[in-house]
Amino acid sequence: MNRSGAFIEMLREAGFDFFTGVPDSTFQPLLAEFASRPDLGYVTAVSENVAVGIATGSYLGGRRPVVFMQNSGLALAMNALGSLAAIYRIPMLLVVGWRGHDGTDSPEHAVLGAATLRLLEALPLPFFVPDAESLASDVARAAQTLDAQNLPCALVFRPGVVC
Amino acid sequence: MQRADAIAAVLSKISDEIVVTANGWISREACAASDRAENFYMLGSMGLASPIALGLALARPERRVVVFDGDGNLLMTLGTLAMIGDLRPPNFLHIVFDNEVYGSTGAQRSATANVALDALALAAGYVDVRRVNHANELDAAIDSLLATSGPSFLLFKVDAAANGTAPRVPHEPEAIVTRVRAGLGVP
Repeated sequence: MNRSGAFIEMLREAGFDFFTGVPDSTFQPLLAEFASRPDLGYVTAVSENVAVGIATGSYLGGRRPVVFMQNSGLALAMNALGSLAAIYRIPMLLVVGWRGHDGTDSPEHAVLGAATLRLLEALPLPFFVPDAESLASDVARAAQTLDAQNLPCALVFRPGVVC
Repeated sequence: MQRADAIAAVLSKISDEIVVTANGWISREACAASDRAENFYMLGSMGLASPIALGLALARPERRVVVFDGDGNLLMTLGTLAMIGDLRPPNFLHIVFDNEVYGSTGAQRSATANVALDALALAAGYVDVRRVNHANELDAAIDSLLATSGPSFLLFKVDAAANGTAPRVPHEPEAIVTRVRAGLGVP
């Protein structure tokens, strides 16, 4: 199994069964895996705030959602996370690709790349920043955290960690 | 027709459908008219009533989901129309109470005086799209749309009333979630 398939299996083993999001270039192999697995029912959303809304609806219906997005979209989703998911206490896993994490990315990622973790802290929402060695344990910790707190919890991925 | 009367008229036709209501007066008036476990009152997050309803419809294909949207709400996330037209959930009924103003913030003009949301829904791929201009057409339209497969879209032009009289939704957000999930048999 490739790394993307292995990551999806980790998510499924942690009980996640509804997948939506907006494409991020650093997740291309992961999104290709979803495209080749229609049984997973991945829903491509038009924006990250819409994806958080869809994930919320799926939770109301009894599902356990994951939302994939780029960190620029995390900024777009702040209202959905604060005014919907946080106040209604909707557990969902946010899988966030972190462009601009070290200041060497293209200019459009500079400001939000530097602000990404502070955006999560501001809401506040719990998050982990896995590396390849901690990935499996961080998925498990994130799943425990969102269950314990009934809140979204984020895994923030530097390029190359998950695929 | 006043928005509150239109909302009450639609709710009187609802039986076991899940209803998602847009923030502001739409949620307040729906709660005042018929406060049921299967109503999800969206209190904030303007624009996300239709995405929440879409997530519910995809998660629970055996249940019909009805969204009570507003023109300002739908304009904020118009791209959701394309998702619904693309995914075509047959259990999705989209009702827009279109008063052509931002009614919950003091009746500032919206774009729908000149932009036909029903035409956008049709172009997006909704399979049954209707417009109701008068109260006496509402019952037949709702009866028909609740009996057929969607995704369906009903645009209901209502009077621009800046203020309603319905009180705030009395339930805490977490209680709304607990009640909706219990109503759907989610453990």
